[in-house]
Amino acid sequence: MIDRRRFIATGASGLLLGGCDRLNDSPGFRGVLRSAEKLTMASQRLISPRDALAREYGESDMSPIFRSNGTRMPGGDEYARHVAEQFANWRLIVDGLVARPLSIPLKTLRSIPHRVQITRHDCVEGWSAIGKWHGLELSRILNHAGLSTRAKYIVFHCADRFGDKPYYESIDLIDAFHPQTIIAWGMNGHLLPVPNGAPLRLRVERQLGYKQAKYIQRIQAVDNLASVYAGKGGYWEDNADYEWYAGI
Amino acid sequence: MIVSPMDQPTVFDEPLEAEPPAPLPRRVAYRHRLPTRLWHWVNALTVFVMLMSGLMIFNAHPHLYWGKFGANFDHPWLTFSGRPIPGWATIPSNYNLAAARRWHLAFAWLLSIGLILFLVTSLINRHAQRDLAPTREEVRPSHVWRDIREHARLRFPTGDAALRYNILQKFSYVAVISILLPLMIFTGLAMSPAMNAAWPWLLDIFGGRQSARSIHFICAMLLLAFIVVHLVMVFLAGPINEIGSMITGRFRVPPQREEA
Repeated sequence: MIDRRRFIATGASGLLLGGCDRLNDSPGFRGVLRSAEKLTMASQRLISPRDALAREYGESDMSPIFRSNGTRMPGGDEYARHVAEQFANWRLIVDGLVARPLSIPLKTLRSIPHRVQITRHDCVEGWSAIGKWHGLELSRILNHAGLSTRAKYIVFHCADRFGDKPYYESIDLIDAFHPQTIIAWGMNGHLLPVPNGAPLRLRVERQLGYKQAKYIQRIQAVDNLASVYAGKGGYWEDNADYEWYAGI
Repeated sequence: MIVSPMDQPTVFDEPLEAEPPAPLPRRVAYRHRLPTRLWHWVNALTVFVMLMSGLMIFNAHPHLYWGKFGANFDHPWLTFSGRPIPGWATIPSNYNLAAARRWHLAFAWLLSIGLILFLVTSLINRHAQRDLAPTREEVRPSHVWRDIREHARLRFPTGDAALRYNILQKFSYVAVISILLPLMIFTGLAMSPAMNAAWPWLLDIFGGRQSARSIHFICAMLLLAFIVVHLVMVFLAGPINEIGSMITGRFRVPPQREEA
């Protein structure tokens, strides 16, 4: 009797779980769940003023140690050479749907008056760290390049690779022109360390950590994401099925 | 989850044929209205999915902190090594943060919209005021103490009393509906960086994102405890009659016990 009960209980939980796993494997069901994420993005955008600012913190709120995540040291001879040169020859390429493609020396980026913000970095895994970022508003770079009216997304191409795939990320123009969206070259009062994305990384403060692309080499304006790598708008989106919109 | 009585039970004097040894036909009363039954079963599914997908998300960083920040170099108040939650308790059963988040954030809509609809409906049809709100008489310590003793002796209400909530039920249901579920939803929203920009007060009321995450976890565990106790009570009180009444609304009223 007990054995039969246990058998039934195990069978029932197995069926339920197996059912969930099978649903999870079904593209149709994933599509239904995905439509809820579209609803989440639409709702968050609806209630957020375009320029609603992420919380900025005081010096006393900062994490004693700001951990790094993902790539800590990009591979390849080229990046190693840049590290050896202390990034003296690093340039930021801005191209795609822009009137004036740019190739900006790192030195120039660092010499322009910049924004400093103490913000919280939230990893999709659940942890948070508060750090101080120094960098140039992305909107100023894009305005300088003369963004085409056809551009809908900004893609960030990175120097690091996961396996054989390059890291990249993308955001839409609402986030690209947000006042706190910066191309950061400094962190916590110093130049950006290598594990945190030296020499340039993105801060897009209303989204999760995997959107904060590090080791940025190139910024590309595009009208759709389908033609970029596997087409979902980012390394994690392409390879681990993460959501492109990471506002929650 | 909610066992809701009507204040004026409709009486069906249907004789029951299925139970030969029953000496008397038992009175059947309409105990749960449709909105209550619907919300109960939507929640039974939703809370099950949210707890299990939430536990999968917890596996991604099984450390909890108080305050505005918290990561590997900071001091957690609760910490586990590895991936502490076994696969049979998570959705999906393998480690998949993207999929767990997709389940969790989709069912969060069902949970939130369901709660809002239930609250509005219950205020309009006066379920909340009539059935859920404790009366002055019920909250007297002597009454509460008597109900605790009755529960401890597993003496369940009979007759008309079985059609009403007892005070411990009222306390636990009101706590879940008006405290735990809203806390789950608002602490969940407080973890969203986009919501933090839209509604910065979310961070202030919970004392920071990592505090919100800790409260989210604690409330989930309290909700789990409620579900366990709720299921135990259903099984002790007679699962077929109890579950049947949550499906059809109709409850076979246990005959009045002689007052001891």
